[in-house]
Amino acid sequence: MGNLLSIITFTPLLAALILALFLRGGDEAAARNAKWLALAATVLTFLVSLLLLTGFDPHAPGFQFVEDRPWILGLHYKLGVDGLSVLFVLLTTALMPLTIAACWKVDVRVKEYMIAFLVLESLMIGVFVALDLVLFYLFFEAGLIPMFLIIGIWGGKDRIYASFKFFLYTFLGSVLMLVAMIAMYVQAGTTDIPTLLAFQFSAGPLNLAGWQIAGGVQTLLWLAFFASFAVKMPMWPVHTWLPDAHVQAPTAGSVVLAAILLKMGGYGFLRFSLPMFPVASHLMGPFVLWLSAIAIVYTSLVALVQQDMKKLIAYSSVAHMGFVTMGLFAANQQGIDGAIFQMLSHGFVSGALFLCVGVIYDRMHTRDIDAYGGLVNRMPIYALVFMFFTMANVGLPGTSGFVGEFLTLMGVFQVNTWVAAVATTGVILSASYALWLYRRVALGDLVKETLKTITDMDLREQIIFAPLVAMSLFLGLYPSSVTDIVGPSVAALVQHYDTQVAQAPALMQATQLAQN
Amino acid sequence: MLEIILFAPLVGALIGGFFWKAIGEKPAQYLTTGLLFLACLLSWVVFLTFDGTTQHIEIMRYISSGSLDTFWAIRLDRLTAIMLIVVTTVSSLVHLYSLGYMAHDENWTEDQPYKARFFAYLSFFTFTMLALVTADNLVQMFFGWEGVGVASYLLIGFYYKKPSANAAAIKAFVVNRVGDFGFALGIFALFFLVDSIDFDTIFTKVPTLATTNLTFLWTQWNAADLVGVLLFIGASGKSAQLFLHTWLPDAMEGPTPVSALIHAATMVTAGVFLVCRMSPLYEFAPHARTLVLVMGASTAFFAATVGLVQNDIKRVIAYSTCSQLGYMFAAAGSGVYGVAMFHLLTHAFFKAMLFLGAGSVITAMHHEQDMRNYGGLRKKIPLTFWAMMIGTLAITGVGIPFSKEIVGLPIGFAGFLSKDAIIESTYASGSMYAFWLLVIAAAFTAFYSWRLMFMTFYGEPKGDHHAHDHAHESPLNMLIPLGVLAVGATFGGMIWYNSFFGSETIMSHFFALGDHATVPGQGAIFMGPDNHVIEHAHEGPMWVSLSPFIAMLLGFGVAWKMYIRSPELPAKLAEANKPLYLFLLNKWYFDEIYDAVFVKPALGIGRFLWKKGDGEVIDGTINGVAMGIVPWFTRLAGRAQSGYLFHYAFAMVIGIGILMTWMTLTGGAH
Repeated sequence: MGNLLSIITFTPLLAALILALFLRGGDEAAARNAKWLALAATVLTFLVSLLLLTGFDPHAPGFQFVEDRPWILGLHYKLGVDGLSVLFVLLTTALMPLTIAACWKVDVRVKEYMIAFLVLESLMIGVFVALDLVLFYLFFEAGLIPMFLIIGIWGGKDRIYASFKFFLYTFLGSVLMLVAMIAMYVQAGTTDIPTLLAFQFSAGPLNLAGWQIAGGVQTLLWLAFFASFAVKMPMWPVHTWLPDAHVQAPTAGSVVLAAILLKMGGYGFLRFSLPMFPVASHLMGPFVLWLSAIAIVYTSLVALVQQDMKKLIAYSSVAHMGFVTMGLFAANQQGIDGAIFQMLSHGFVSGALFLCVGVIYDRMHTRDIDAYGGLVNRMPIYALVFMFFTMANVGLPGTSGFVGEFLTLMGVFQVNTWVAAVATTGVILSASYALWLYRRVALGDLVKETLKTITDMDLREQIIFAPLVAMSLFLGLYPSSVTDIVGPSVAALVQHYDTQVAQAPALMQATQLAQN
Repeated sequence: MLEIILFAPLVGALIGGFFWKAIGEKPAQYLTTGLLFLACLLSWVVFLTFDGTTQHIEIMRYISSGSLDTFWAIRLDRLTAIMLIVVTTVSSLVHLYSLGYMAHDENWTEDQPYKARFFAYLSFFTFTMLALVTADNLVQMFFGWEGVGVASYLLIGFYYKKPSANAAAIKAFVVNRVGDFGFALGIFALFFLVDSIDFDTIFTKVPTLATTNLTFLWTQWNAADLVGVLLFIGASGKSAQLFLHTWLPDAMEGPTPVSALIHAATMVTAGVFLVCRMSPLYEFAPHARTLVLVMGASTAFFAATVGLVQNDIKRVIAYSTCSQLGYMFAAAGSGVYGVAMFHLLTHAFFKAMLFLGAGSVITAMHHEQDMRNYGGLRKKIPLTFWAMMIGTLAITGVGIPFSKEIVGLPIGFAGFLSKDAIIESTYASGSMYAFWLLVIAAAFTAFYSWRLMFMTFYGEPKGDHHAHDHAHESPLNMLIPLGVLAVGATFGGMIWYNSFFGSETIMSHFFALGDHATVPGQGAIFMGPDNHVIEHAHEGPMWVSLSPFIAMLLGFGVAWKMYIRSPELPAKLAEANKPLYLFLLNKWYFDEIYDAVFVKPALGIGRFLWKKGDGEVIDGTINGVAMGIVPWFTRLAGRAQSGYLFHYAFAMVIGIGILMTWMTLTGGAH
């Protein structure tokens, strides 16, 4: 299995190709075939990706399952995973079958819809396995296109505005990243990520148009990458595209967006910013920590007053991503372990929450919270599932939502107690908005005429939710299963980071700054 | 055996919650109840055979990250053993009681099964509570801590059709989260300081904390004091101490057995348990301990004043609970953790009984909870009356003063022994503030307890005479729990007095302290070498020992005067002191103040940030820049919809894909 990663990455794309080339006709049978083929392809991808888990050795240093071939223009086609990335691949492959199953009721351009998701899956996996800058950039940027189309074509009323907002925000950020990548190539003479990880980018002082820049080139590169990843996360204050995109996206689109696409920013910080620009990361650490803390409180407060279910969950997503960036830039074992855990957990939990919205949206065609109330009376299973994920969302111990928040806060406490204290208020606010949402939707007497005939989740929907509940519980009760895999890689990263930071003599002043 | 105690309720909860349809509603109820009685039986076996040596049973790994390595594990020491019997005894009795209490419920229609769900929640609560008390490290404790919070949320909101119940459920959860904010920061701080959150490691490293300084927020703190304060914030949330107490009275929206189990006997005592569990820390954190003492005594006083004028029978008992929890904290703050646990134990019996008795009254009166509509019920429901009477004698602290000095054994109802022990201890600790507040609170306790009895069982029937005519005694499965608890409320204090508050030797043996342990972490609790509060308490002046007894008589006398002798007096008094009366009736206006200071501003800020921050500032800026090119994009979008762009884009992406695939498969440009 020398090319396992390629197989995993391109199986969905192959299926998309087959759909595009061989599936003809726009009738119902064709649509059904498209869905089944897409489902089969994603399930197959998932099953194959399990081989990664069995074959992965957490304690082996460096990358595993590496494939390296010369490619066009002297570039390399190089893939590989380490402890930081392997679980994101699995997250993607595990969620895609559920996503496909969640759009079973779509009846507009079904074939194209399936193609979009399959292509998207390949590109997302590609982001997590690429070990070459150019390859990474291709996957990273190309992923925008299918998502842009999913929102723009199958989205809601204001989909055009939302899709362009999504596209522009994320694209503009990425342009800076491209410039930085070219600069890195110029400095290091390679686009090979493992080599770049070992390369020491200059952190000497730099004078730019009269501005003295601490951390020099590293800082500039860091900022360029930051522009891209911060938008992807999204971090406050460049988060406003997300609520709009979510509101307009179809359910399955929201699921992929929240569960997987948002993780690319975090993964980028892990893969590039922290290990390649440690001095700059250390310099900018307090800045990121404060942005994160602000994000948590700010978006939680905004979530409190939302009337649209999806918007509320979208804002809650931004808050949860705040924990991720906070953990990452705490730059210690607990912080980074927690950040990765939070990303994985958020994948299952927020995905499930958007599916929960989808379930009732399919029935009532509204996301307005006021249109609901008392659903538990007619939808007990739904109420139970929704309750479970509400609790996971507020970080109840025993669910996966707790571990990430706990570890990231624990990590940041060691670095900055102010940020830790401000961010911890997020646990109060999240309980407020999440339970308030649940109450308005599910509890109370069922009095609205329109809801009198609403039906509970059918078998298909229950099957979609079952693995999500299982995963959220499993990760919550046995979180070591994740930290065992990511731990050694994180430890290596932290060690590398600390040595680099300690070596940078110019940094001593900044260290004191950071501790305030 | 401990595993069975811990997991039997969970099994019950799962079966009751998910499989009751398969086995039937009745069997599900009996099964959950049966499993609880099993756990209860085993707990007593553990408690009675326990020799004091701390045991650890590891079950599974939990969170591990770097030097943080935690397990799901069971810790058994004296504190755990005490909590095991408290939790499982009250819980099994409440299960039994609920078989009768929940048999008919007007809140549900015929086709809405609710019983199995109720029992599943009760058992789930018991499981999480047991997880809390058996925890071997702070995260697992936090798991139980939040778990009981959820169970409490579910049970307060059990009548989910009632808006008031839903509001109360959220309030309980959110206010508890405010406490958890402190608890969590305490855990983080401890991990930062001692690199572990296992109890044993923390305890051995505690002495160094007392001499360590830690920068937290704006200033330097003594590490031990800081952690002590943070953990106490958590404890006051769960145990409804002053400022974080507002959720407890509202929690009475839940069915009455829930109030008895969760909001009187078990969950609300978790905070006291936490402070006692962390006694090694508090021994080295004098300032934090003083805070615990002051807050405890203040809460005891505050809640008692509010209890004086409430008319809802359950709210009176709720404020009484709040007040009694204050007593427990005062004991812990004085440094006599054993006495705090003693009162926790006796209080569990008599307060659970008062609640279950109140439930029996409420059932008899067709869900009327306003005491102004009761009166003269003692003939209608004599057994309930006697149970309540025993509960009242216990809580007000009826006993024979100086019986210990005369016959060598203290004689009195449970509350007499444990509450008086607390009052003597606070005097011995030297805090006159706490001492006097507690003595006054004891008088208030007697007053509101007897007021409840007089308004309910004596005098003329008031209110709807229809309800009075049909008042009936409760079924046997509700009366048996009352009987069992009555035994505990009567004899519990006398049986365990010496173990918890007796001579130093007996106590040391009971808590496995070693010889007044010099090393923290050896026994279940720790009392530093300088902590002689217990000895001082035993040798206190005579008037101190007598003061709670006198306060009790005073409270009884005034209640008798106002509600038996001249029943027109309360109304006159209320009229004459209207501002004070309203102040108390409205619970010192805490809810109104919090609403104005926290809730409304939070919503206002949220709205402002959304509309102005996100809408105008952020989007406004970015959109403004983008506006120039939007028309162009809109045209493009029109084509996207027609499908052309779609095809172009995909042709491009798929093209790249094919290229890559080809490269991969052929091995590239070899």
